[in-house]
Amino acid sequence: MTRAKPEDDDWNSSKIHAFTFDDDDDEFTKLKESKRAVSSILVDDDDDDDDDDDDDVEKVSWSGEPVGSISWSVKETASSIRSGGEHGFPKINTAPSLPKQGSGYSLSSLFKASTRVYAPELRKPKSECKDYFSDWSPEETVKRMRKGKVYSLERFRSLQDKLLLLDEAVSAHDGNVITAVLIYLKKSLSKEIFFQELMVREIALRHYVHYLKEMEEQKTLVELMKLPFSQDDAIHVQDHYTLLERQIIIEATDKKGEAEIFKKFPRKASILNMPIITTLYYSCFYHYGESEGTFSSPANIRSTFRISEKQYILTALGARAKLKSWFDVDSLFNTKNWLGYTKKRSPIGFHRVVDILQKNNAPVQVLKDYVSLIDDAELKLSLAQKYKCHDIVIEMYRDLKDRQQLIVYQGKVERGSHEDRKIDQLLGNMQIRWKN
Amino acid sequence: MAQTDRRDAPGLPDFSLLKRLARDQLIYLLEQLPGKKDLFIDADLMSPLDRIANVTTLKQHEVDKLYKVELKPVVSVSDQLCFLIRPRIQTVKWIADVVKSDKAVGRFRRYKIIFTPQKFYACETVLEEQGVYGDVTSDEWEFYLLPLDDDIISLELPEFFRDNFLEGDQRWVTTAGSALRLLHFLFGPFSKVYGIGRCAKMVYESWREQVEDGEKKAQNPDIGNVFLIDRDVDFVTPLCSQVVYEGLVDDIFRIKCGSVEFGPDVTSTDKSLKVMLNSQDKVFNEIRNEHFSNVFGFLSQKARNLQTAYDKRCGMDIKQMKAFVAEELKGLKQEHRLLSLHIGACESIMKKKTKQDFQELLKTEHSLLEGFEIRECITYIEEHINRQVSMIESLRLLCLLSLTENGLLPKDYRSLKAQYLQSYGIEHLLSFANLRQIGLLVEQQPGETLTVMESKVGKLVNDKTAGKLTDAFSSLAKKSNFRALSKRLMLIPKTGEEYDLRVPRDMAYIFSGAYIPLSCKLIEQVLERDGWTGFEEVTRMLNGHEFAVTGGNSGTETRNKTDPQRIILVMFLGGCTFSEISALRFLGRERGCKFIVLTTAITNSSRLLESLLDNQG
Repeated sequence: MTRAKPEDDDWNSSKIHAFTFDDDDDEFTKLKESKRAVSSILVDDDDDDDDDDDDDVEKVSWSGEPVGSISWSVKETASSIRSGGEHGFPKINTAPSLPKQGSGYSLSSLFKASTRVYAPELRKPKSECKDYFSDWSPEETVKRMRKGKVYSLERFRSLQDKLLLLDEAVSAHDGNVITAVLIYLKKSLSKEIFFQELMVREIALRHYVHYLKEMEEQKTLVELMKLPFSQDDAIHVQDHYTLLERQIIIEATDKKGEAEIFKKFPRKASILNMPIITTLYYSCFYHYGESEGTFSSPANIRSTFRISEKQYILTALGARAKLKSWFDVDSLFNTKNWLGYTKKRSPIGFHRVVDILQKNNAPVQVLKDYVSLIDDAELKLSLAQKYKCHDIVIEMYRDLKDRQQLIVYQGKVERGSHEDRKIDQLLGNMQIRWKN
Repeated sequence: MAQTDRRDAPGLPDFSLLKRLARDQLIYLLEQLPGKKDLFIDADLMSPLDRIANVTTLKQHEVDKLYKVELKPVVSVSDQLCFLIRPRIQTVKWIADVVKSDKAVGRFRRYKIIFTPQKFYACETVLEEQGVYGDVTSDEWEFYLLPLDDDIISLELPEFFRDNFLEGDQRWVTTAGSALRLLHFLFGPFSKVYGIGRCAKMVYESWREQVEDGEKKAQNPDIGNVFLIDRDVDFVTPLCSQVVYEGLVDDIFRIKCGSVEFGPDVTSTDKSLKVMLNSQDKVFNEIRNEHFSNVFGFLSQKARNLQTAYDKRCGMDIKQMKAFVAEELKGLKQEHRLLSLHIGACESIMKKKTKQDFQELLKTEHSLLEGFEIRECITYIEEHINRQVSMIESLRLLCLLSLTENGLLPKDYRSLKAQYLQSYGIEHLLSFANLRQIGLLVEQQPGETLTVMESKVGKLVNDKTAGKLTDAFSSLAKKSNFRALSKRLMLIPKTGEEYDLRVPRDMAYIFSGAYIPLSCKLIEQVLERDGWTGFEEVTRMLNGHEFAVTGGNSGTETRNKTDPQRIILVMFLGGCTFSEISALRFLGRERGCKFIVLTTAITNSSRLLESLLDNQG
């Protein structure tokens, strides 16, 4: 709310400059450039590229440690500020810690980040008359841009001037101004030169990339960046194209919905553009049991996209349970050993299988088969109780010889039911040596 | 619920002034365009605008019709169009199209864009390029700060996070500096500023420069200390499931600009209801910072009290009844309404959380935080992905795994990424690239983990054992910053000890006693030691950029802390969560100080991750 409105400056913004003090501005910037380069080499760590043309800046080092350790209260000599309420805060070094790669013009490359803190510079009353000129230095130009004052970029014509301007904008940490300068540079430099300079200025580059994204200038973006696709990513993209081909073939047939299953369970959406696992689920739902030769068969999808056994079982289980095809569910886990006995084996924990079955409203008769396969006794008992697989609970308490728990559990089963009788029988069995 | 302020705790400054200032400036800007005009408002500005002005205010200043910006052709017939927007190139391009299509049919109108909180050169360049600069005038509405509650102020700039931390665009640095300048001007002068993070440093500099250039006035400060913190200093905390009531409500129903929409399942009617959630809601105010497990008990106690209060009616004579109706009934009814609403919300939360096996999810999260049974956690996450359970939730767990383990082993990274893409679609390839760039989901660099010893051993034993061995070795070889930080700062309370969530003993209560939020712990420690001294090891692990500075006139600080010294403004650059706010409120109560949270936006795990997805095509 205290910001100067642009109108205030309109009248002095005329591009006609009758008179100028700094007509050798280029010399001046070069001088400053070398001055800064030198000081940054000598001092090595604690120079900030923000110290502009005031030569009378007095640095007071401040350790950043608790107050009281070093007092550095600095009196403002300038009379432009009313005394009383001002609280001068010290400047801190905000240069990025990663050094940029060397470019002929990048000046800020040698600074290390440190927490060294300076006292505010002793500021001279600003010489307001400088506002009358359009020959502003990069520092002044950036300052004016940040304050929303009138400015002009036309005078930055040599590459060196342009880059000084850019580096100045970057060191001021104002993204708005950085982008504004980049837009000007884009317009006034050839692509080759512009990109070449951007490549060694990471912060500026990231602003430019973001600007292009927002402008939806995809073409320039592609030219600027070689898309970062790794070998792995290339495989994923290839998979995606294969998947799309398959989906188009499947969709063409299934859209007609002729098979019985489509009438019983009409499709809610097209399969096009769905992820691989959704496609596998779809195929397990509508095309289960098809031979591997057909594109729509689960087996084909499984092998084409190198789907792990675990992933396949989870997906097929979900689909077949949804259809309540408990026989299919059983055969997913059945394996025959060398003697010909069937045994259930699973790459996922049986508690997870139970969870999926239960979420698909499987009846207790089905659930109990899988609950009984859970390895972890504690988990098995709690799930058996949760899903009312009474037989399992009773047998487990019997095996644990836990008479007390069995009595407690009798309260949870229906009076006179098969389970109730079973518990009575066990409790009356004199041969069991109860532990309690 | 027994959480009461210490009696000597300072009061909070009144931030409603900020709303008045913003409203007055908006009115001033609207009056700059005299006559009837239609107003187009950016969708995400509607709620903030609602908090400071209403339709009547706008109508009083000759706003005729209100439209939402939808980037479609306009139907307005007004001669003057005013656009109230965030400075986004897409919106400005659309406005340029509106102007051009009017021109094409020879229609003359006046156009004005009001950018808030500021304009960008890039936006104006679009107007220039499209040849409509001059046809459209523009202005700035410096609406930086929206008080969401007594102790929360938001910049309402969710894009700050992505722009700054992913894109590396520093466009909002000055904005944040200006917001701070405004608070300094109205409620300062500040005497100490602490901070950590690259962005925090830049914001500090921007603020300092603005203060130096601006006008000054002598006044007694309301706010003494400021703490600036970058979101990327602590990514773990916002990615954890929230279990404090307000955070949980945000995770499930999404609180938007201090208001939430409860669906029919909560209201138990056929209508949805929008409710403001802040300290004005007496019931909410008492449960917002509570662990969810306490909330039920509190609400049922409250319900019983309410019943007793209603029951007083029996046996009243006419006069007493009259007084009861006049004085108490309204309050009771209000409380009744709020109570049934929050009970409904709790039920709905319970239902949703039971369905998604919240307990198991939390167990995995806590194991990750502790670094315990990581293989089992990976299996859990893998199955989560395989079963196509919530896409964001899977991503959240992957990121937590990567953050706490300092990156995934290359074989895990490749396998989990492949399975993720298979389950949720190829478009997430770009999301993975973004997450890698920002450092949320990364692969450990080869060599960092594989020691010579390990690869030799690996060859000797079978695969399954090798997997276990890899884990064992990697945990030795990794320079895991989170683990080290967590150890150094004691973020994980000792296991085995009973943690009474009703009587929290530290900030860990906001995560069921399992983890003290890193962000808040840093704030606590730095304030306690009045700077970063002795914390060199910690700041090194956090990549540095810490600072602690004192203003010119406060060199004569005494040991007795004055009131403003005990009011601390914490600015989160990139967003903060309700859980963190609860933790700071707890800290404030413990230490007899008050925290004011200034954030670029309220965030949570879903918002944070969604802002990093790239699935718009």
